[in-house]
Amino acid sequence: MVARAAGEIAPGLVVNLGIGLPTRVVDHLSSDFPVCLHSENGLAGIGPSVPFEAADRNLIDAGGSYVSTIPGSAFFDSSTSFALVRSGRLDLTMLGAFEVAETGDLANWKIPGKFSPGVGGGIELAQKALRVVVLSTHTDRQGNPKLVKTCTLPLTARGCVNRIITDMAVIDVTPQGFALRELADGVGVREVEEATGAPLTVPDGDIPVY
Amino acid sequence: MRLPDKTTRLEEAVAHIRDGATIMVGGFGVPGTPFTLIRELVRQGQTGLTVIKNDANEQDMGIDHLLVSGQVRKLISTHIGLNRRAIELLNAGRIEVEFCAQGILAERIHAGGAGLKAIVTDIGLATELTAGKPRVEIDGEAAVIETALRADVALVHADRSDVFGNLGYAAVARNFNPMMAMAADRVIAEAETVLPLGGLAPDAVHTPGPFVDHVVGLEALSEEYQVVRR
Repeated sequence: MVARAAGEIAPGLVVNLGIGLPTRVVDHLSSDFPVCLHSENGLAGIGPSVPFEAADRNLIDAGGSYVSTIPGSAFFDSSTSFALVRSGRLDLTMLGAFEVAETGDLANWKIPGKFSPGVGGGIELAQKALRVVVLSTHTDRQGNPKLVKTCTLPLTARGCVNRIITDMAVIDVTPQGFALRELADGVGVREVEEATGAPLTVPDGDIPVY
Repeated sequence: MRLPDKTTRLEEAVAHIRDGATIMVGGFGVPGTPFTLIRELVRQGQTGLTVIKNDANEQDMGIDHLLVSGQVRKLISTHIGLNRRAIELLNAGRIEVEFCAQGILAERIHAGGAGLKAIVTDIGLATELTAGKPRVEIDGEAAVIETALRADVALVHADRSDVFGNLGYAAVARNFNPMMAMAADRVIAEAETVLPLGGLAPDAVHTPGPFVDHVVGLEALSEEYQVVRR
């Protein structure tokens, strides 16, 4: 699923990979792949992660991991960092999710009474990145669908999600709702439908497998 | 002409913070957090503080010490998830936390530093964070008015400073420091290296000296500044 997500990153894009699973997408890009990775805390051109022994105390990504620069990297303040996000310069972001609605609404920052650490830069990434791909398990730990008709949790942004990549399928948000595009290896259409909390448009013919 | 020398002793600089003050504190995680100024504020013990900071650091680091000592009444922040204790204090009602979208926090501070009253944005319109804030219509689209933020005192961390308070930041330690260094009535900068006048080339200045009131040179960097082994 993470390897499949790496396929979303076209050459030349400016990309922000959210904390958690999305950060691991970078492991599936070759070292000479032309892409500019952005970090909210003020870095464009994130280089490879570095181990503790080689870490620079002033060089972390937004998740707190120690990273490096590459030739051409730039540092800037938080105001500039989000100017980049809000003004249409961020081509793609990959984010986690608690719920995605069939309209593309995203809830990924708060579970009232259980989880309320704050939203960080999540609203701006979700609302303003030119393309939003959610990378998530298809269901939560209790087996409940994360893809739903309407979000019940506090929203991050409305109508922002373009595509969802899960451990079961690749699904697009379309004006007609969720549309199945690809299946994970060994997963059937029926299983995906059962694990999805809203109607799913299934294409005719063979469905690509990843 | 000669630019004035603003180097100040740590104790004297931090003593300008009063009980009940609103303070801005730079940093995003460890980089850019003025740990020495925070430690001195804990030692001096001013209370009833409103703290504006991107995050709550981690347990036993940075502003966590201020939370533990009970000096903070309210925290305005974007994300406190790396500090379990801050979440517990929030859940127990021992501190008030106002969350703000990260770039909007930066821009509210930027506006305060630029002498503006507010910013107008569509960020967060679908969220509870903008509930109750005044709305306006711009070019036929809904937007929310986010008030500018200023503080009584800003505490910032610079990699290098000259004695006049021209500041330079290192790597991602820049983050919120430049905006906060513009948005307070009194700005205290701690610097890892304090240079004589002319030690920073005019083109290398990130925060111009006129914004800064006090320069506190750091004699040594405590463990808090170092790489965190997780």
